[in-house]
Amino acid sequence: MDIAVFFAEYGELFFDATIATLVMTVASTFFAYIIGLPVGIAFHVTAPNGLHPMRVLNTVLGWIINIGRSIPFIILLVALIPFTRLLVGTSLGVAGAIVPLTICAAPFVARIVEQSLTECDPSLIEAAKAFGSSNVQIIVKVVLRETLPSLIRGLAITFINLFSYSAMAGAVGAGGLGDVAIRYGYQRFMPDVMLFSIILCVVLVIIFQTLGDWLARKVDHRRRA
Amino acid sequence: MIEIKNVDKIYETREGKFQALFDVNLTINDGDVFGIIGESGAGKSTLVRCINLLERPTNGQIIIDGQDITNFTGKQLNETRHNIGMIFQHFSLFQQQTVLKNVMYPMRIRGVDRPKAEARARELLKLVGLEGKEGRYPSELSGGQQQRVAIARALVNEPEFLLCDEATSALDSRTTIQILDLLKDINQKLGVTLVVITHALAVVEQICNRVAVIDKGVIVEQGPVADVFENPQSDAAKFLLHTGAVSSTLTVEKEA
Repeated sequence: MDIAVFFAEYGELFFDATIATLVMTVASTFFAYIIGLPVGIAFHVTAPNGLHPMRVLNTVLGWIINIGRSIPFIILLVALIPFTRLLVGTSLGVAGAIVPLTICAAPFVARIVEQSLTECDPSLIEAAKAFGSSNVQIIVKVVLRETLPSLIRGLAITFINLFSYSAMAGAVGAGGLGDVAIRYGYQRFMPDVMLFSIILCVVLVIIFQTLGDWLARKVDHRRRA
Repeated sequence: MIEIKNVDKIYETREGKFQALFDVNLTINDGDVFGIIGESGAGKSTLVRCINLLERPTNGQIIIDGQDITNFTGKQLNETRHNIGMIFQHFSLFQQQTVLKNVMYPMRIRGVDRPKAEARARELLKLVGLEGKEGRYPSELSGGQQQRVAIARALVNEPEFLLCDEATSALDSRTTIQILDLLKDINQKLGVTLVVITHALAVVEQICNRVAVIDKGVIVEQGPVADVFENPQSDAAKFLLHTGAVSSTLTVEKEA
């Protein structure tokens, strides 16, 4: 098939699907950080060698994060349908997909944030304490600031994971590139649609990763090896 | 005045108890440049961290200007710490913040507004000879310059005391002399009381008026520098003086 004809036929389909995918990815990344960032910080702060050790809370948070991360997304997607209906009124479409995507990513975000925060040089925390910083000041002005490049890299990973997971949300009729690939490419035997869906996904992921790396480097002022 | 009274520090480790400090008693008078010298592992870093409660003494008291701060926590502790600056062996500058922001930090956390903190930070950077480096990041500076930034940062709140934990150990000998001169100036011109932790005899010789020798967690000797150096009583002091003399000969030979 001629490329021009292909785009005349399917251009709008791909455009709409890309927008749907991006809306799902951006929204669920945003909400996953709303939940996961504070939980990750709390998990880090309450650790046995953290700024404010709290054994019970830390253990509970650890369990929640681990359990949350161990449920496969496709199962979560279905299992959460009643909850999703309660929250956004429907379990279908883009809105219906954002809820399970968020719930799926939040524990991952918590874990990846916690891991970034542990990269902060302990001697800087000691210095901040010596100057009379409160724990909140240490977290906000020192730990988060010093580990920002790593946090941004974690954000890029989360975003790309959710981009890929959102394809599965096609199962609840959410639309998006995954949905196009399955309904047209697979079920209607259209290899050209399948191929273009894949190429589009690859290109988008490369763009996101490159942007993430660029931003992480831009905010990093440490000596580069 | 800093009074350290009957301070023990015992760490509970998985292998059992480890005592880092034994019944330490020291008085550091206002205007002193007080050296605490000892071998690695003698407990000198633990001792200096007890003064601003980065380490809590297991027993004993820390008294600053007549006030027992040993049990201070939270806001009260933080306010006390604003009065005690500290510099470190590896500078401990915030890597992701400019020189200016680093120096402003201790003022900003006290709630001082930005213009005021910035003006004061610029003043201090001028004092330590780093005018024009305000917008640089620590990684772009040499070791000596980084320690100058750290000194400016430690002084920005006009503290009465400055704790120096092996402040010149990561620097070459020329830079060491420059940093020591700067510290001496700060003591004489600004009247800041210095507590200087070091394993290097030359450091004590160059800037301290009084010195305590610490060995295996015990203060074995203290007094005016001249007295301790000319007439050492303890084995540890004799040993330090001996090795110090040997290493300074070595340095001279190397440089010659």
